[in-house]
Amino acid sequence: MGAYAVRRFGYALLTIFFVSVITFTLMNLIPGGPFLSEKNIPKETVAAMNAKYGLDQPKWKQYLTYMGRLLRGDLGESLKQKGRSANDIINTAFPVSARLGGISILLAVVFGVLMGSVSALNRGRFSDRLLMVISTLGIAVPSFVMATFLMIVFGVKLRLLPTFGLRSAAAYIMPCFTLAFYPMSYITRLTRSGMLDALDQDYIRTARSKGVSRLAILYKHALRNAILPVITYLGPLIAYTVTGSFVVETIFNIPGLGREFIQCITARDYPLMMSTTIFLAVLIILMNLAVDLCYRLVDPRIKLK
Amino acid sequence: MEEIRLPKNPLSLQLKAEDFLPAGREEKRQLTVMRESTTFWRDAMKRLLSNKIAMTAFAVIVLVMIFAFVMPSFYPYQYDQQIRGSEYLHPMQYSEKEMKTVGAGGSVFPHFLGTDMHGRDMVIRLMMGSRVSLLVGLIASVLVLLIGTIYGSIAGYFGGAVDLVMMRIVDIIYSVPDMLTIILLQVTLKQPLNNLFDANPSLGWMRALGAPMVSIFITFSLLYWVGMARIVRGQIMSLKEQEFVTAARALGASSSRIIARHLIPNCISVLIVTTTLQIPAAIFTEAFLSFLGLGVMSPMASLGSLASDALGAINSYTYLLLAPSIMISLIILSFNLFGDGLRDAFDPKLKENKK
Repeated sequence: MGAYAVRRFGYALLTIFFVSVITFTLMNLIPGGPFLSEKNIPKETVAAMNAKYGLDQPKWKQYLTYMGRLLRGDLGESLKQKGRSANDIINTAFPVSARLGGISILLAVVFGVLMGSVSALNRGRFSDRLLMVISTLGIAVPSFVMATFLMIVFGVKLRLLPTFGLRSAAAYIMPCFTLAFYPMSYITRLTRSGMLDALDQDYIRTARSKGVSRLAILYKHALRNAILPVITYLGPLIAYTVTGSFVVETIFNIPGLGREFIQCITARDYPLMMSTTIFLAVLIILMNLAVDLCYRLVDPRIKLK
Repeated sequence: MEEIRLPKNPLSLQLKAEDFLPAGREEKRQLTVMRESTTFWRDAMKRLLSNKIAMTAFAVIVLVMIFAFVMPSFYPYQYDQQIRGSEYLHPMQYSEKEMKTVGAGGSVFPHFLGTDMHGRDMVIRLMMGSRVSLLVGLIASVLVLLIGTIYGSIAGYFGGAVDLVMMRIVDIIYSVPDMLTIILLQVTLKQPLNNLFDANPSLGWMRALGAPMVSIFITFSLLYWVGMARIVRGQIMSLKEQEFVTAARALGASSSRIIARHLIPNCISVLIVTTTLQIPAAIFTEAFLSFLGLGVMSPMASLGSLASDALGAINSYTYLLLAPSIMISLIILSFNLFGDGLRDAFDPKLKENKK
């Protein structure tokens, strides 16, 4: 386990390095500098500004400087939001996104597993068909369609829920549901097929013949095995929730990290772009790593290579 | 000839003499297999054709393709044609000017889905949007198929150190957060691509697609082939141990010939299924990017950009949002269901364990 964890961690570091190089290269591919867009600034000012932010240095040196500061936890300064550092922006925006994402993941897992189990136990009956139709829709409908649809029905027509911000508890309903709908559908299908597989196994029959109650068989024997694919899916789910929040935060006007990321890209705020990308990438990669390690802890049959 | 016989006790071990007579012609004919032998492909096609959901999905895909690629040529409006005075018409509504024409005995082609804020007919924009989405889905999937197959088959065939290095690269690309990189590439490739198009007039056809489209293809070819490469590698690894490969090698076939003529044709069903399921993913990504304003450029439309444009006025003009939303869900749903059907047809044992 130890050696495996160390090796995976090494790969994670390599990937993060890779992402930082890609981001840096891409940023520098764009012709012109960040100060050229503003109108009629004298050349000396541009040179001074470039010198101030270290943009007159050779590229490799800029990269090393940036990475050096990054290792000390300094993410640089925003060019467009004057006087705010990237640390500051991430510190205020990330908790908002994390709360939204956390609630959504919880919703998706709880309801997905529940719906998948119900569906598998009632295989072929009406409730199973209904749940399968819902989950098929959930996989096909893009999140922005879902979000706008909810907004029209509950925000605009019925006027039940607020359409922007996160000021009240009710404001969480639509963004969380939008974010949770796709993974919930996916988990429903995963749990259903896992459950059907598990219920066919001999040890379930043995347990039943020994007189174990139906509920205990379900939760102690079947679900435990059926839930393994769901745990594997948690890694991609976290990545999905992080990127899914771009759309949801943009539509519902939520001041989270996703909206910040899209905004700094459209505003060409390069240091912020670099920092948010690396922050999100590190988050996704480390979460994936954690899920992978947990998966191997949960299922002892999986050999550690 | 009537014969009275007692029903035979099924458990009786008593043998009858006539059971040992040589078989007559009639009896022999009963034993010959009447069914024609089927090939793998015919068998799969039969399973696919009897799958109602998959065939319905396929019919929907064909209809959408006709709608997107054929109908715009016959449609009286253009996707970038702005009709003055016809802004924000509701479905089937006519503007005052058009009413006058109708009143004077002329005929005006109705706006079945209304018009948008610039007076552009929504039906033709929906057609063009579907065309863009389908094109992105198809081209991106073909690119992924090509790169993934070549890479995966080389890694799988040669194995050893080559495989190790190649698959480590795949591992790293696999764990790069895709959406982040796509968005970044989308933004940064725009200017260089435009410069490239200006410098090389021979790339005019690429220019017609627009820089955002081309950069979507580039990002797909850079990032999404890894899944395909892993699948192909797995297939090739199990196939290359089989006798026909040894036979081919013994006859002096080169590695590239073995890969191209013997190994890849044997995993074609997996390739078809994976490519089909890749299409909705590409369409989804394009719609997502266009919705965030990073995809196609106006006046070109994609289903994502249509939905995004409509978002500004959802209070009063909800219908503008409904049409592209339903269209994109329909397209993604049909490709998913058709892909599932293909998978069931080609490999009934394969369970739903992929994404």
